Amino acid sequence: MPFQKKEFPDKFAALSKEDKVGLLRTMVRIRAFESRVEELFLNRRIPGFVHLYIGEEAIASGVMANLSKNDWITSTHRGHGHAIAKGAQIHRMMAELFGKTTGYCKGKGGSMHIADFSVGMLGANGVVGGGYNIAVGAGMSSMIKKTDQVAVCFFGDGASNRGTFHEAMNIASVWKLPVIFVNENNQWASTTPTSFATSVARIADRAKGYGMEGYTVDGNNVIEVYNAAAALVEAARKGKGPALLECLTYRIKGHYVGDPEKYRTKEEVQKHFTENDPIIRYADWMKGKGLIDDAALATMKAEAEKEVADGEKFAEDSPLPEKEDAYNDLFSFSPSEFPEVVK
Amino acid sequence: MAIITYRDAIRDALKEEMARDEQVYLLGEDIAQFGGSYKTCVGLFEQFGKERVRNTPLSEMAVVGCALGSAMLGKRPVAEIMYVDFTACCMSQIVNEVAKTRYMYAGQVEIPMVIRTQGGAGRASAAQHAQSLEAWFTHVPGLYVVMPSTPYDVKGLLKTAIRDNNPILFIEHKLLYNSKGEVPEQEYTIPLGKADIKRPGKDVTILTWSRCVEFSLGAAKELEKEGIDVEVVDLRSLKPLDEETILSSVEKTGHVVVVHEAVKNSGFGAELVALINEKAFDSLDAPIQRVAGEEVPMPFNPRLEAMAIPDSKKVANAVKKVLSL
Repeated sequence: MPFQKKEFPDKFAALSKEDKVGLLRTMVRIRAFESRVEELFLNRRIPGFVHLYIGEEAIASGVMANLSKNDWITSTHRGHGHAIAKGAQIHRMMAELFGKTTGYCKGKGGSMHIADFSVGMLGANGVVGGGYNIAVGAGMSSMIKKTDQVAVCFFGDGASNRGTFHEAMNIASVWKLPVIFVNENNQWASTTPTSFATSVARIADRAKGYGMEGYTVDGNNVIEVYNAAAALVEAARKGKGPALLECLTYRIKGHYVGDPEKYRTKEEVQKHFTENDPIIRYADWMKGKGLIDDAALATMKAEAEKEVADGEKFAEDSPLPEKEDAYNDLFSFSPSEFPEVVK
Repeated sequence: MAIITYRDAIRDALKEEMARDEQVYLLGEDIAQFGGSYKTCVGLFEQFGKERVRNTPLSEMAVVGCALGSAMLGKRPVAEIMYVDFTACCMSQIVNEVAKTRYMYAGQVEIPMVIRTQGGAGRASAAQHAQSLEAWFTHVPGLYVVMPSTPYDVKGLLKTAIRDNNPILFIEHKLLYNSKGEVPEQEYTIPLGKADIKRPGKDVTILTWSRCVEFSLGAAKELEKEGIDVEVVDLRSLKPLDEETILSSVEKTGHVVVVHEAVKNSGFGAELVALINEKAFDSLDAPIQRVAGEEVPMPFNPRLEAMAIPDSKKVANAVKKVLSL
């Protein structure tokens, strides 16, 4: 996929070794979580359906490394990676997938609705394109409060064809809101190839229609993602307004776990995975720079797997909701008792 | 008590709540310098500035989504959708996002937001600007639906709605904006989910809301001349619903007429009939009658338009029918 490259300042170079390793660790933790979730789902331990982020980890990791807990993200149906990278706790995520009361949504949300407002994760969203305008609202609240918080809206290539995209991009641009629209172009909208359903070759080009800057990066190169996000987030913090960042990647797994994937060949998928795995690419680069070795990488993977296994145990041991719990949390009742009074 | 219009009561409620709580802000199309298409926000832009009275692009999805995002983070938005008909343009935001957020994230956040809009016929606004669509929203768990009929009610209920921590569809009626009524000069609020008996009576209960309260009171006045004593219950909010007041009135009169401007088919009146069947069937002395909008898109011609919605005469006829007169 050719695209015009924009050279962003190499902020990555200035990161400490620890932070560079941290980028890899985030990707490895996401991979470990998603790999186990796939197995658990296939073993019918998780109800509903799940959408995996495998192969796209560099985007969440590279973007989120530029955000603090005070910044916000909105996520998608393929949102586990975003949640982990934003700081959500794996054991509570796992408990949510199991439908347990200790999950983030007490078992009422599931995979597509994981949210952790305490770390600025404003929710995965089951409606494609559902997050744009929430991110706009978050960006607007930052502007009203005159803070330097930014909102990042993750969305897929398919979502760029939803009408909400248009309204959010326009209003964010008109109001110069601190919102970064991060497109994860994994080349598949469910079973439909992006090229079949999208009027432009590069989704970043759509930014022009909104008077917004739009760039495309290799979404499987965490360094490129990091540097692009660093520049755009910094600009947004300084009040320079929104931007669109298209991260090219590839959806390694089916749309959902269990997808028969009749629309593509196994060879195509395998080629992408072996040649373009973002974790292998970055790990190899780090090894070449002497930042990590095989033993350290193996330890990192083992730690991630243990964290996931512990999370799974926590989920297993947690209680299921009682039937009556279905009625909780619909409305807020506390301050709504306003007697009819004339003061 | 001062006598003011429904329109001014809305503006006063907005003004008082904005002054009271700086988290409250307004957003919508043409609400700033212009003061809103139905002039309910006149003067607020001048008083509170462009940050708190925000004109938006013609983007209902963005208006509602943006209100939601900011509400999650502690603001108290009052979003104006110019016509209830245009909620169709942002229905996914309302139904799939606003209504669901608190529940599906298990109460991690409150959603203190009001969507103000207006509906109804009577101004020859034709098919796309005159609907009564409240049943769309009462059907969705997670939303409150409030539909005041008088200046007193609209002010007190809007103030409460803004203070409430739940998402609320606040549906005004375009024909009521010029109606006048007494409103206290002191501050007051009205609880959500409390019906108001606009006229007590012992023979027949009329359950109604919004502009149809006017038709029902008109019918009651005429029927009084014939010795029929009608009780007019203004529900004021459909969700939460004041079942207690409804059922005790039904138990008292044994005869019920439901009156609403929305199309009869699948209208909220059907829900009320079912509720009474379930909870007060033995109190009924006759089958419940419904007076509601005709099964057509709202016609433009004022004569046809008047035909398509209830009026006092239709209500009076239904009352006589339920009394077998």
